[in-house]
Order: sequence, then C-alpha cells, then structure tokens
Amino acid sequence: MDITLDLVLQQAVTGLALGAVYVLVAVGLSLIFGLLTVVNFAHGAFFMVGAYAGIATHEYTGSFLAAGVAAVVVSALIGAFSERVLVRPLYGRGIDYPLLLTFGISYVLVDAARILFGRQGLSIDLPEALQGGIDLGFGYFPLYRMLLVAGTLVLLALLWLGIERTRWGLIIRAGARDPLILRVLGVDVSRVWLAIFAFGAGLAGLAGILAAPLRGATPEMGDGVLVSAFVVTVVGGMGSLAGAVVAGFGLGVAVSLTTLFAPAFSDLAMFVFMAIVLLVRPNGLFGRAGLLS
Amino acid sequence: MITETRSGPDRRRLLAGGTALLASAFAGRLSAQGAEPIKVGYIVPLTGAYGADATIQVKGAEVAIARFNEEGGLAGRMAQLLVRDDKLNPGEASTRAQELIERENVALIAGCFGAPMLAVNAVTRQRGVLYNPVGASDAIVSASDWSATTFHEGPTPFMLAGALARYVVPTLGGSKRVALLVSDYVYGHEMVRGFVPVATSLGAEIVGEVRHPLGATDYSSYFPRLLAMKPDLLVVMSFGRDQQITFKQATEFGVKRQMRIAAPQLVHTARIIDGHSHYEGIVGGTGYYWGIENEIPSAKAFNDRFRRMHGGQNPSDYAAVGFASVMAPLIAMRNAGTTETKAVVAALKALRYDLYKGPQHYRACDQQAVQSILIITSKPPKEASVKDDIFKVLAVEQGSEDRLASCAALGHKT
Repeated sequence: MDITLDLVLQQAVTGLALGAVYVLVAVGLSLIFGLLTVVNFAHGAFFMVGAYAGIATHEYTGSFLAAGVAAVVVSALIGAFSERVLVRPLYGRGIDYPLLLTFGISYVLVDAARILFGRQGLSIDLPEALQGGIDLGFGYFPLYRMLLVAGTLVLLALLWLGIERTRWGLIIRAGARDPLILRVLGVDVSRVWLAIFAFGAGLAGLAGILAAPLRGATPEMGDGVLVSAFVVTVVGGMGSLAGAVVAGFGLGVAVSLTTLFAPAFSDLAMFVFMAIVLLVRPNGLFGRAGLLS
Repeated sequence: MITETRSGPDRRRLLAGGTALLASAFAGRLSAQGAEPIKVGYIVPLTGAYGADATIQVKGAEVAIARFNEEGGLAGRMAQLLVRDDKLNPGEASTRAQELIERENVALIAGCFGAPMLAVNAVTRQRGVLYNPVGASDAIVSASDWSATTFHEGPTPFMLAGALARYVVPTLGGSKRVALLVSDYVYGHEMVRGFVPVATSLGAEIVGEVRHPLGATDYSSYFPRLLAMKPDLLVVMSFGRDQQITFKQATEFGVKRQMRIAAPQLVHTARIIDGHSHYEGIVGGTGYYWGIENEIPSAKAFNDRFRRMHGGQNPSDYAAVGFASVMAPLIAMRNAGTTETKAVVAALKALRYDLYKGPQHYRACDQQAVQSILIITSKPPKEASVKDDIFKVLAVEQGSEDRLASCAALGHKT
C-alpha cells in the first residue's frame, strides 16, 4: 500500500478527533488535580455515568441536546456529592487517601450501572442532522467528528476565558498556587473545590455522551479512557490545562499515525510517547515540580 | 452382682441397638447416594464484556437441566447446575474449575468461552473430568491441547470463517479484492487461518491485513488505511465489543458505501444492542439462529421449551450452544447408565444427536461437534415478526467432517 500525503492528512485529522475525547476527559482530571491535588480514579466512571445518563434521557426525550445536558448535570451532581461527602474529609491526609477512595467510588458506580442497566451495554444513534460526512479535499470525514473537534476547541476557548478573564477564574488560579492565601483573603475555598470537582466530573460526563455514538456505552467503558486521560495528564504536566490540551491532541495524532505505519502498535504508541516526554521533561510538557510531594 | 445382672442384658441390647443403628445409617447413606444429584459445573464470564452472552447461555443450560430431569434423569438421579463466574479471567476460571471438581465433585464442566476455555481444559485434563466448552477455538481441538475427556460443542473459527468464505467470495463478482481487519489475539488469528485458504482457492486476492489490539475503542484511524487498499470486501475478524464498535464506526465513516463488509461470527446479543442500521448489509456466520424453527423440528422444540422457561424470550446463538453443551453429555450419561467419566466419554463418542439444529456428532480424532453453520444478515425492523427477529438466514452449510480442519492439520494421528 502506498503512503500518500492525502492518507497522512486523513490520518492526522482522524487523530485530532480521537484527541478531542482525550482532551475533554483530561482537562477535568487536570483541573481537579491542579486545584485539589486529588488523583481522581473515579474520572473514568464519571465518563461512563455521563454516557448512561445521556442515553437514558435520549430514550425518553429523543433529543440529543437533552442527552448532553443530562450527561453533564448527572455526572456533575455525582461528582459534587463525592467531593462534599466522601473526598473532603480526607484533605490533608496525603495524596494516597483520596486516590484510594476515588478508586472505590469508580467500582461502586460501575457496579451500579451494571445493576441498573445490565451488563450488555447500550447504544445511541446520532441524530440525522449530525450524520453524514464532508469532503476535506484529501478525503471524506464524518461530520460528527468534525463537530466534536470544533466543539472541543470552542469549549476550551470558553474555559480559557473563564479562567483568565473572570473573578472565578482568578480565584481558581490563585487557589491552584496557594489555597492558604485565599482563605486569608476570606474566600470560601471549600466551595471552589466543590465547584471544580463537579465541573471536572461534568466535563467527563459530557465526553462520555459525546463518545457514546461512536463506541456505545458499557459499564466498563471508563477504564480505557481513564488510562488514556492519565497518560495525557502526565504528558501535559499534572495540573496543567494547556498541557492537557496539547498532549491530548498530540497523542491522538500520534496514535492515529502509528496506526497507519504499524497498526498493531497503536496502543503502545501512547506509552512510548509518554516515556520519551518524561525522559526529557520529568514534569511533563507544562508541569510544575513538587505538586505530588 | 446387681450391676453384673443388669449390665449383661443392657450390653446385649446396646450391641443389638448399635448394630441396627449402624445398619440403618448405612442403608440411609446408600439410599442418599442413589438420589445424589449429578452436578454440572458451568463456568462463564458473567462479569465483563461478554456478560450478556454468558447470562443467556446459562439460561440455555438451565433448559438442558430441566429437560433431563423431566425425562427422569439418570435412573432417578436428577441433574443440578452449578454456575460459576470466571470474570473472563483464565486464573479465576482455573480456580473455579478446581473448586467444582474438589468440593462439588462435578461429573461435567461445560460453558466456558474466551481465554478461560483453555485454562479450564488444563485442569479437567489433569483431573480426568468431562469437559464440553462452547467458545470458538481451534486450539481446544488441536493435538497440543487435546484431552481424552474434552469435547467441543461450539463451532470452531475454521468452520465459521470457511463457511463465510465459501458463501461470500463467489458473490463478489469479477473483482475479488479482500482486506482483513483482525483483532490481534488468538481468535482473530484463527479466523484468518480459516478464511484465507478457502477465499484464495475461490479466486479472492487478499490485498491487506490490518491488525488492531484487542479491546480497542476507536477504529477510525484504521479506516483510511483500509480504504486506501480499495478492497471489494472487508472481513472483520473480531468479537464482542470490538466488532460492534467496528461496525458502528464503519457506518459513520461511510465504509459500507465503498465496500461490502462480512464477519465470520455475528452474535445475537450484539445485534440487539446496536440495532439494524450498524449491521445493515453485513454478512456473517453463526452456529444458530432461532428463526430456523420453521424448517428444523428440533429447533422448534428447543425454542418452545426455552420460551416457556424464560418468559417468552427467544434463545440466542449462545443460549443454544450452551444448552447443547450440557444436554449432549447428560444424554450420554443416560445412555451409559452411569456418570463414570470413561463410560460417558465412550457414550459421547458414539452419540448421534439432534438437539437444536439438525444432526450432529463428535468427530473421532478431536471430539469436535460436527454441525451446520448458518450464513446470516441483519433483518430490517419493518420485516421482523417479533422484536428479536433480527437476522435473515441466507444459507445453511450442512455439518460435515470435510468442513472441519483436517485431523492431520490439527496434529492428530490419523
């Protein structure tokens, strides 16, 4: 088979769409870690919860938009509950306590999905308006995946504006650097933490319902995504939003191009990429030293 | 004296009473042994990606137990099903098999599919326990893994992929360019070995083989490469979620507009979950589809019994083979008049049975069930008679030893 420029370009665009899902999941993970220093092992389960909540809503309403809203709201609410009731009492006890707790939360959520919806998984079809594809000049590409990339970029732009240009954003940035100073200044840090945890979980839920038409939903669907999201977060630098974005899209393209040249190694490509980045930059592309200590 | 006079008769009475008690206890034990159930261990991955198939497979096994017991069992001995979850983990499956053999003293272990199938085979072979798994595997009947007490109820990849090739390649017309998308583990590799020789002998040109890791969740990055090969037919050699996601994303990428798609094994539960649109036009093989009941009386009888026991639900492919994996050995036990393994093995070798899809028997060299393979395609909902009327049967390849991998190719002495 000839490797043409068109083929490489098609593969790269495919990788960007793949990266969009990585980015959506990893941004939430990175936000939670950056502000709360919680390594959230329940993040993959929030991704799954979003997919299931969205599909269940779609069954009743037939609306993909309503499915998206339900995915965000339900996963954000479960995220908020987890932070307020379960994670918060463990702050200050070391990084491994919330890590193990969130690991347990993920087991509970996955089993709950098995009990409520069965083990066989669910499926959701795209609305007709989002089906079909467009000719990019070098190949056909599904419309939905193009919209997924565009939507992710718009969301990231809004997130950047929110963090850089609003009072809440200022609090988040300050909280990530020194929560003690925020307290001294009279800011209720616990509310910020609650909001960030819920927001991160909501983003994971949104990624879940956006990915569901492409891969379906199963109770275990978050497992693989969690691994990918952690790789993206580590490569980008733990706690760095910009890092999560660059690494997410970069890894998507790297995996896709590896598929072109050596398809059997496509999964491995992600970990090789991570190893190389960590050898050169031990804190990731945009990471700060000492966050884990 | 008084003590002595009293003690004499008391001792005699005690001895007599004790003897009577012992005799009655012994007789009771003999009687209990006579009524002791025939325990059937059933190991399936109830937890994990194949949980839906495993669950309905258990329902099929329950039908076998109920039928055997209704027919009087083995001289009054009833059968009892002991279901264990292997979590699709070979280590777990091995532990469960040992527990069933040592603690429950099972007469048969059946069910298994996926990676645990060979792990359980290692245990049953060592312990000399009768074993009848269902998963699609050529390895289980090859000489290296063969055991005198292992039979194999399910169709092998060689049978499924060969039947598909014989059906689909002649329908391709002048150009017969075929690309393969293969799940990179033993299942996918065995399907390739079954498909390629038959397809090429019928004039197909294999233009490329792309392997993907097991459990991949995004196949979009494989499609540009496959499309660039310009095949007339894409054969998807994967199972379960891998196959479902491939079909879904192939629809999304418009792959079906540029080539036909086929798969050696289409699974009932997966088609129900994903719906017709993703399976539309795809041709595949299967061991069973309940819709053959109008042509085959044993299928009708099995379906009716299954529907009666399970709330009107129609049996899936896995339910049917799950039923046969228990029913055939139980019939052999009845024919042999015992559960003793050596005698049951001899009875199974001699068995000619028609339990759910026409005549079957176990081939002598490898004890593989010789059986028909159905070629199917998805049926549009508007043509369906009931909700789970999901496939159309395009062809039936009758069971024949010629359709199995040769005994010599599997390493057996002929």
